[in-house]
Amino acid sequence: MAYFLQQLINGLTLGAIYGLIALGYTMVYGIIGMINFAHGEIYMVGAFVSLISFLVLGAAGITWVPLMLAIVLVISMVFTSIYGWTIERLAYRPLRGSVRLAPLISAIGVSIFLQNYVQLVQGARIKPLPPVIRGGFTLMGDGDNFVVQLSYLQIIIMLLTVGLMVAFTMVITRTDLGRAQRACEQDKTMAALLGVNVDRTISMTFVMGAALAAVAGVMVTMYYGVVDFYIGFLAGVKAFTAAVLGGIGSLPGAMLGGILIGLIESFWSAYFTIEYKDVAAFAILVMVLIFRPTGLLGRPEIEKV
Amino acid sequence: MTETVMVDSARAVDWWAVVKEAAITAAIGLALTVIMVGLRTVESGGGLIIETHLTEVAWFVVLVFVGRAGMALLRQGVAVPVLVVSLAVAVGCWFVHFPSSVLQLLAFTAGAVLAIRALVLARIHRSPLSAQERDQRMDRLGARFQDAARYLGPALLAFAAVLPLLPFADRYIIDIGTLALTYVMLGWGLNIVVGLAGLLDLGYVAFYAVGAYSYALLGSYFGWSFWVCLPLAGIMASCFGLLLGFPVLRLRGDYFAIVTLGFGEMIRIILLNWYNFTGGPNGLTGIPRPSFFGIAVFERSPPDGVLAFNDLFGIPFSTLQRVDFLYYLILVLALIVNFFTLRIRRLPLGRAWEALREDDIACTALGINRTNIKLAAFAIAAMFGGFAGSFFATRQGFISPESFSFMESAVILAIVVLGGMGSQLGVVIAAVLWVGLTEFFRDLAQYRMLAFGLGMVLIMVWRPRGLLAHRDPTLLLHPRLTARQRQREAENRA
Repeated sequence: MAYFLQQLINGLTLGAIYGLIALGYTMVYGIIGMINFAHGEIYMVGAFVSLISFLVLGAAGITWVPLMLAIVLVISMVFTSIYGWTIERLAYRPLRGSVRLAPLISAIGVSIFLQNYVQLVQGARIKPLPPVIRGGFTLMGDGDNFVVQLSYLQIIIMLLTVGLMVAFTMVITRTDLGRAQRACEQDKTMAALLGVNVDRTISMTFVMGAALAAVAGVMVTMYYGVVDFYIGFLAGVKAFTAAVLGGIGSLPGAMLGGILIGLIESFWSAYFTIEYKDVAAFAILVMVLIFRPTGLLGRPEIEKV
Repeated sequence: MTETVMVDSARAVDWWAVVKEAAITAAIGLALTVIMVGLRTVESGGGLIIETHLTEVAWFVVLVFVGRAGMALLRQGVAVPVLVVSLAVAVGCWFVHFPSSVLQLLAFTAGAVLAIRALVLARIHRSPLSAQERDQRMDRLGARFQDAARYLGPALLAFAAVLPLLPFADRYIIDIGTLALTYVMLGWGLNIVVGLAGLLDLGYVAFYAVGAYSYALLGSYFGWSFWVCLPLAGIMASCFGLLLGFPVLRLRGDYFAIVTLGFGEMIRIILLNWYNFTGGPNGLTGIPRPSFFGIAVFERSPPDGVLAFNDLFGIPFSTLQRVDFLYYLILVLALIVNFFTLRIRRLPLGRAWEALREDDIACTALGINRTNIKLAAFAIAAMFGGFAGSFFATRQGFISPESFSFMESAVILAIVVLGGMGSQLGVVIAAVLWVGLTEFFRDLAQYRMLAFGLGMVLIMVWRPRGLLAHRDPTLLLHPRLTARQRQREAENRA
């Protein structure tokens, strides 16, 4: 029981991180119907930016954790968003209304480029970061020296995710930008006729997605304490799986899918084999697409000529 | 961009706008690089410390500012000063000491591109070509290329056939040729799925891996010869194709792409972790070499009762014989794929593929079973991938999961897509370019994938249908017309 609870906590933490990345996929897919293959790489860039900011802050002598965390979050979100914006502007916008597969191939190119760019400038080695937030609660122990740990970091990750979800839902439902986004999602031409700046709205979608991915990057840097240039690929595929599982285009679905994927991965590693945990994620992706292509919360898509 | 801008017109240059635009771009460039390039993490005594490289960032920002200002000025019709300055940059950058060679290359490229655009502007007295015009020009080039293919194809084939006999062909050249032909074969195989059936397969390398491991395992466990295993490997890969294809082929394009990617990764992870069977990350070694059709072997002193190749023909022994044999083997295999593709395009199945690529809903309405047709394409392409895989295994003598990563799939896909989807000759040119450039810039190997990713984006932005795309109907009303004439007619109609 204790073991199960521990895996549940770990899975939820992991799921929160996947969910945040999945939101970026689902938003971009919702608005321009394209799989932003480079989104995993954006998350990787976010993780690197946060690693560097932590190190710089540490060198500058700022060690009060809340302040440090706030600064790192802001820096990562801002700088990663600029990456998101630039990529959309340079690699995707010229291809809007082009052959259907062109943006996807361009996105693969961006993904390869970013991976190698980070490898070149920051090196290929795994980058360790000493734990920033230590300690936690001990929830329950069972007889054989096994105790359930809920670390402060895990609490922060979950709270931050919930907070971001709320803020994000507010932006989508209550602000002008959110309304513009929903309008573009339904019909871009009509939205443009009614005075919505479609290009700007799409850019903002990428910026928001990148900012969320950056937060996920900060979390993962603190949670695992290691970052390398290759983390984006797998995380990207898993987050995409989460988005599909929840129903691509649906925001609560992305979060739900993320949490499910996190739980499945964590339980799979705990009760089956850790080597095949990535296979589990892919297998789920295939299963979902076969049996419920619209995902858990998605709307069926109507094909038109 | 399409408006005509007169050079030397009386219109005053809006300097303020130019500076503003350049400054904004430079600020974005600064934001992109200041952390990732300017502050580098380096290991030092167990922990990480930050090393600053701010001069590189400063250089980059200055280059971006100047470049963007040049572009803005060009748009306002200022040609000659931009031409002079950009030429000065392109030449001068070789004499200035840059903190990194990438920056130097960037300065040179930016200067050269701007100079060319300025030259065009100064000569034709108007802004650069619009996207549509550019596309039309490239279409014409594609059409011309297709006409030339009638002569170019056989010429290339003849060259490929005599390459090992040419005086300059040493072992190195033939090895590169073999590698290029392997990519050509994989490209042609993938072209059946991507170019003909219009499905984006991001996991083609999985079938390549299945073929390679099938041969390696059958060959080393049962001692079966290459010639028995080759068809088996193809069948095996094709079974995997069916197995994967059956459930996922109902999916839409992008979903399909991601699922194939996932499948490719799954195969790789299984190969990596099934230690007892596949050797895990260490791979399989000692994969048997191919024999001369089971008649003779390529060895100096063959075991008893086995004929040596040089004795069979009564010629002196040379290690080159095996290399040449492998070269011709892959040439023949590749040509089989090509022949198959060219022929099947004229069969109902091939026509259905092409119809499906153009509009799959209309196809369904016409009574074509989408899933079966796609499945056929998928399984056939997988089979060719399996052939290529077992060739790879026997040539290398050693395989490991590392050779079958996603990057390999991406390279094969890029060869197909960038060469122009559906164009057989485009695949050849792209494959030769890829292998040739990789070999040529061997010293810059660390920048190889960087340039590759950038190239993929640039080619897509510049010409989304691939460099030499010229989509030609297989069934023609006037088969006598050349592709160029048809292109002209299409333009006149439009």
